[in-house]
Amino acid sequence: MGGVGDRPPAGGPPPGPAGAPQAGWLTTRLDPLLAWARRWSLFQYPFVTACCAMEFMSTMCAHFDMSRFGAEIPRWSPRQSDVLWVVGTIVHKQAPALRRVYEQMCEPKWVVAFGTCAAVGGFYDNYSVVQGIDKILPCDVYIPGCPPRPEAVIEGLMLLQEKVGRGELSRWQQQQPGAGRKAG
Amino acid sequence: MSQRIVDLVRARFPQAVLETHAFRGDDTVVVRREDYLEVVRFLKDSPGTAMDFFVDLTCVDWPDRKPRFEVVLHLKAWRSSERLRVKVGVPEEDCTCPSLSGLWPAANWFEREAFDMYGVRFVGHPDLRRILLYDEFQGHPLRKDYPKEKRQPLVPMRDDAPPQPPPFPERPH
Repeated sequence: MGGVGDRPPAGGPPPGPAGAPQAGWLTTRLDPLLAWARRWSLFQYPFVTACCAMEFMSTMCAHFDMSRFGAEIPRWSPRQSDVLWVVGTIVHKQAPALRRVYEQMCEPKWVVAFGTCAAVGGFYDNYSVVQGIDKILPCDVYIPGCPPRPEAVIEGLMLLQEKVGRGELSRWQQQQPGAGRKAG
Repeated sequence: MSQRIVDLVRARFPQAVLETHAFRGDDTVVVRREDYLEVVRFLKDSPGTAMDFFVDLTCVDWPDRKPRFEVVLHLKAWRSSERLRVKVGVPEEDCTCPSLSGLWPAANWFEREAFDMYGVRFVGHPDLRRILLYDEFQGHPLRKDYPKEKRQPLVPMRDDAPPQPPPFPERPH
């Protein structure tokens, strides 16, 4: 699956503009170019429900400054977003709303579970809490912590960027009919 | 601390008070269900007590007791700062309790929560619906006999989801 365990294929990173020859021609491989562009301009939709939001704000703001990674702008419409950050506890009452937000996002799209509650339900092993958002959405990166430190969040973002840079589809897209194509 | 108020209640409703006790200065009066509303009205309106602040209302499930449920009300008097706890037993077979929403509008949501979580029906409540859970939910989750693992999802759970995230891999730094 496309979680944090994914490693780049052997032989180093895929060829991209950074590795392109210095001569006066353009690469003919569009996919790596698109993947490179996507990797460094992730628009995010924060679906923020709980105390993890404090660390999300901390990561976004000046001290840790997520814009260094090209992931600067939160989009307040899922239709304009690439990454769905699920930040905090998701209860069953809310699950349809989260599912709808995900479905409204345009492809390609990725999902990050921010914090232990979003990843596995946290210690809320009870009647009301979804035991991890991967029970309702395909999830690409899990960031553990209660809440995670900003360094962990940045690590999660970098793992996601590696994945996006490889041109991988999210798990949901891999499962769709005719998913042999690369993203784009 | 508010033994004075306990005595007033006992004098006014000798038949209604089943039990009283105190713990660390907080007095409790256990009253009969049929006199509950009148006792609370007296506590609120009588000048001698003037317990005009509705602090909290909740419920407790005692699976081995008769009656099984206990509605717990906390009141406070603004002027004298006295506090009083009023408890009323609610049997499982007839799971009803008079509503206080006519005395304090604030009781409305507290009683909806107690209904949502424990299934106590508050008689006279203007709008007794679930307040926290969704309408599709079956049962009352804070009852002790609600299965701990029972969940009632609104969207289908995915079958291919891993049971837990993969372990965090070693990364070269």
